[in-house]
Amino acid sequence: MSADSNSATDEAPERLRIVLAKLGLDGHDRGLKVVARILRDAGMEVIFLGLRQTTSSIVAAVEQEDADAVGLSMHNAGHLTLGPKMVQALADAGLDVPVVIGGIVPAEDEPLLYQAGVAAVLGPGAPATEVVEAVRAAVAQRTA
Amino acid sequence: MNIRTASLTELVEAARSGDNRAVGRLLTLVERGSAAAEEVAALTHPLRGNAHVVGITGAPGSGKSTLVGRLLAGWCQRGLRPAVLAIDPSSPISGGAILGDRIRMDDVIPEGTFVRSMATRGHQGGLALAVPGAVRVLDAAGFSPIVIETVGVGQVEVDVVAAADTAVVVATPGMGDAVQANKAGLLEVADLFVVNKADRPGAADVRRDLELMLDLAHVTGADTDDSGVYFRPQILMVTATTGTGVAEVIDGIADHLKHLTASGRLADRRAHRVKAEVRSRAHAALEQQLRHSMQSDAATAALEKAINSNFSPVDAARKIVQKITGD
Ligand SMILES: Nc1nc2c(ncn2[C@@H]2O[C@H](COP(=O)(O)OP(=O)(O)OP(=O)(O)O)[C@@H](O)[C@H]2O)c(=O)[nH]1
Ligand SMILES: [Mg+2]
Repeated sequence: MSADSNSATDEAPERLRIVLAKLGLDGHDRGLKVVARILRDAGMEVIFLGLRQTTSSIVAAVEQEDADAVGLSMHNAGHLTLGPKMVQALADAGLDVPVVIGGIVPAEDEPLLYQAGVAAVLGPGAPATEVVEAVRAAVAQRTA
Repeated sequence: MNIRTASLTELVEAARSGDNRAVGRLLTLVERGSAAAEEVAALTHPLRGNAHVVGITGAPGSGKSTLVGRLLAGWCQRGLRPAVLAIDPSSPISGGAILGDRIRMDDVIPEGTFVRSMATRGHQGGLALAVPGAVRVLDAAGFSPIVIETVGVGQVEVDVVAAADTAVVVATPGMGDAVQANKAGLLEVADLFVVNKADRPGAADVRRDLELMLDLAHVTGADTDDSGVYFRPQILMVTATTGTGVAEVIDGIADHLKHLTASGRLADRRAHRVKAEVRSRAHAALEQQLRHSMQSDAATAALEKAINSNFSPVDAARKIVQKITGD
């Protein structure tokens, strides 16, 4: 073993771990479940939090689960406040973890979310390969 | 502290001063099982406290996670600082997993508890290696009790629970659970039975079945250990969704620990746990050597002879083993 063996190696994760959640009080989690399947079938480990999460419950989960990414499902108009709030909450906790948003986001809002530090925005009709690629790319960018 | 660039020593220190990011990262390293995992073991073994390790197992969907969530809340109320390792199977096809235990605990888990979801990641032996290492990290970080939740189906899962200080087996009405538990060998490892979903019809029947099996085990002496210590597991009726009966489970788990301490069995159990881990480690190391040796010229030649001549496969195997052991 070499002299630097006492440093935590931050190699790219062999098994990507992602926390999936829906912020706020709205709706159902059917879409989120579909995304969970897609990501699992792509070989990822999905920590499924489901509905009614808060930014702080998601931060706690990311810390404890050492997740590589957060996937948020958005179906009400809250994305412009909740998306950036999530990014900020992670940064405040010292977590360099990308946020990917899926759901119904009007095209004109997308640049605002990217500006706020959201790593990717996926429409409701995004094909499986696009979802998987978006998550992988978002994580690769952070660990590069 | 930057979690990505911190040294292992720094991570361990941070974990001990309550930084959950550091605990989370150490668990990841243990799970990956590389050289870093071995160093984490070396760093955390001397820091082990006296954590009470509680295994919880039962059929899929029996309510283990819901129960664990309630236990966490109860323990926190009593001033303890519990943690959970919730183990779920990986998909054999993609290697991925949907880890859904946490969602069952989320409504009730208080701040200060630590929940980690863990996938089995295909190879069975991996679990036997990763779990003791993960428990050690949580112990070093000051958590106790430490719960290991596994689905009671495979032998490895049963072994994981059996290696705990206290093994809780969850049964439910209407699934022939008591009989299933018997088949899976869960009955022998149980220190406490929870009949969950007691709000459903048939719970009393499950209780009766379990009582009968315990009676039988007592008659045959199967429940008495080598030193003649007899402990009859309690059977507790619980509705985890509402929390009914959970306080009794918390007391029952504490009572079992008292019994272990008073009878001197605690030290035995822990010695057994270390022995099992050392054995798994040695096994894994030997297996790796074997994989390596199988590629040697001597092994290829021995194989070749077994395939194309009258040299028996038994002799070929012996030749390869001799290369490893040097006998
Ligand atoms: N009626 C009733 N339902 C319960 C009770 N406890 C749990 N459940 C329900 O049983 C289902 C499974 O609960 P979980 O806690 O996820 O069970 P589990 O054993 O952890 O499941 P796996 O980890 O998937 O094996 C959920 O829908 C719970 O709400 C109970 O006491 N009564
Ligand atoms: Mg569960």
